Amino acid sequence: MTDLAQDLLSSFVVAEAGLNGAKNLGVVNMRKEALDRFEASGFPTTRDEEWKYTNLKPVLKHDYKIMLKSESAVSFGDIKQYLLSDLDTYKLVFINGKYSSWLSESTHQSYDICTFAAALNKYPDVLAEYLGKAAPAGETFVDLNTAFADDGAYIRVKANQTVDKPIEILYITTDENGTSFSQNRNLIIVEQNAEVQILERHQNLGDAESFTNFVSEVFAARDARVSYYKVQNDSDKASLVDNTHVKQATGSNVHVGTYSFGGKLVRNNLHFYSGGEHAESHMDGITIIGDGQTVDHHTLVDHQEPNCYSRELYKGIYLGKSHGVFNGKVLVRQKAQKTNAFQQNDNILLSDKAKVDTKPQLEIFADDVRCSHGCTVGQLDKNALFYLRSRGIPKREAQGLMTYAFASDALEYIKIPQLQKRLNGVIAEKLGINLEFAL
Amino acid sequence: MIKIKDLQARVEEKEILRGINLEIGPGEVHAIMGPNGSGKSTLSSVIAGREDYEVTGGAIDFEGEDLLDLDPEERAHKGIFLSFQYPVEIPGVTVSNFIKTAINESRKGRGEEPMEAREMLAKMREKTALLEMDKSYLSRSLNEGFSGGEKKRNEIFQMAMLEPKLAILDETDSGLDIDALRIVANGVNKLRSEDNAVVVITHYQRLLDYIEPDFVHVLYNGKIVKSGDKNLALELEAKGYDWIKAENA
Repeated sequence: MTDLAQDLLSSFVVAEAGLNGAKNLGVVNMRKEALDRFEASGFPTTRDEEWKYTNLKPVLKHDYKIMLKSESAVSFGDIKQYLLSDLDTYKLVFINGKYSSWLSESTHQSYDICTFAAALNKYPDVLAEYLGKAAPAGETFVDLNTAFADDGAYIRVKANQTVDKPIEILYITTDENGTSFSQNRNLIIVEQNAEVQILERHQNLGDAESFTNFVSEVFAARDARVSYYKVQNDSDKASLVDNTHVKQATGSNVHVGTYSFGGKLVRNNLHFYSGGEHAESHMDGITIIGDGQTVDHHTLVDHQEPNCYSRELYKGIYLGKSHGVFNGKVLVRQKAQKTNAFQQNDNILLSDKAKVDTKPQLEIFADDVRCSHGCTVGQLDKNALFYLRSRGIPKREAQGLMTYAFASDALEYIKIPQLQKRLNGVIAEKLGINLEFAL
Repeated sequence: MIKIKDLQARVEEKEILRGINLEIGPGEVHAIMGPNGSGKSTLSSVIAGREDYEVTGGAIDFEGEDLLDLDPEERAHKGIFLSFQYPVEIPGVTVSNFIKTAINESRKGRGEEPMEAREMLAKMREKTALLEMDKSYLSRSLNEGFSGGEKKRNEIFQMAMLEPKLAILDETDSGLDIDALRIVANGVNKLRSEDNAVVVITHYQRLLDYIEPDFVHVLYNGKIVKSGDKNLALELEAKGYDWIKAENA
């Protein structure tokens, strides 16, 4: 067992009674059971099939502070650049894991947009119905999070409601705790025929190493519509394991977009459970990373019912000595006839030192389905590059234009134009080009 | 305008150009003909700066400057344009954004201000009309799903927008039906002036019925083996290339 795992186990004993939800016996038991499972499993290693390509050892070796203080004075000016400035939004801001009411704009008017801490203390019925029902027990990082998480975003949109503006969730780490290990959790419940758009971001503002083990559970009821955008552009000191589990009912439509431009090591475990007919599951993303960075997308679409559609499109652009992993699994259960599943992962290596491991997986137990999957790893087409240059476009701009064109279809499903524009800007910056237009 | 002296080039280990000499002045139209594999496309690629070809000897002087030292984009900024035999498809980049970028990067390369948006738009309108292209072309992805004829027309549209000093049309007639050929040729003719020059690379006489050359050169086995006026093209059309091959065997 690693030192960090030992630290976590002993910290739990001390912290347990002080965690939000400590008066709810159901929650208390859930935490204990989850911790027991973690104690038995420990952290995964590269011998574990699911972690074969991503070695956590270098980021787990730090002496992390586990129970974090949150007393540092973070002003709106410090975080402004991480929010969409040209758009009115609800805001849930967390500093070192704790909710900052000062920086946030929550509501209980037509829908609940508040904190997981509040839910843990005040809504036992909701917890009993939803907590841990999407994120599966037995996954190491989920278990660890279940044991410790006592704050995060809580969003509940009642039937037939459309949230009038997007919700921005921002998790900020400062270096007030030195190296910190954060574990927050979102609980997002979108009831029948309701609609919401969510943006989420983790940001380390300090110079100390940070590790975030994050869980988000999303429940989309009948005909609900959810757009969930994750912008990952953290500092080189920050590592993140994101566990997002989406449970879908009949006719619901959920899109999770993951835009990864930074961080030291980022692992996205994104699971969709398509549990009602005519559900649509969309997941896409762009990864652009450079020297010393790793981004690992592990996705699962579990088709449990007939007549559902899933679309998965991940584009990766790797510069310098970077490492990308894609492992996408589509599971079509026997009952899930007429499933239409599309999966594609395309990668461009812009450097000799960059590396990509890509592994699409299909497991199909139904006989009347349409499933396609594919992956490509390549370089920019030399002929196309010459074509652009022969028209007067300099090499660097031509490469940027082609790379941008390669990636841009993964931005098509974004419903917030301001976010699209922002991402265009980040992509242009990462590719070192000046894009005067959105393609 | 351009002076090519004893130009030799190879791709990998294969010698393709074996000493080309060619001089082109402003206002002139030159046709380069020759059998398959004689080096016609290599010559155009070397002038435009494709890096797959290694120049092993000779020189190209363009308006007093050594062209071989320049990157492809720098050559474009100086006014060299190559209409591709096989234009490349670039999904995700629209024709209008592509041409805007090309024009403004070329202007930047020459130290000029970007073109006003209004002027750009007016020019695009004018040139699409010249080539009888529907305006919907402009919002399509560059060459993606274009027919052979549409691709060639799009090349001449780019030429019209960029207004090069020296335009090299590499088998622009291949894959064109007679109507498209007329439209493309008409476009090229409208763009001719006393200051610019055109090189037409072709197998066949028919394009030269529309774009009348001042000079015709026959390229064979990496060398220009015969030069003449437009009558040489007619002679080739009538007799084929065998007599050229026999003369140079």
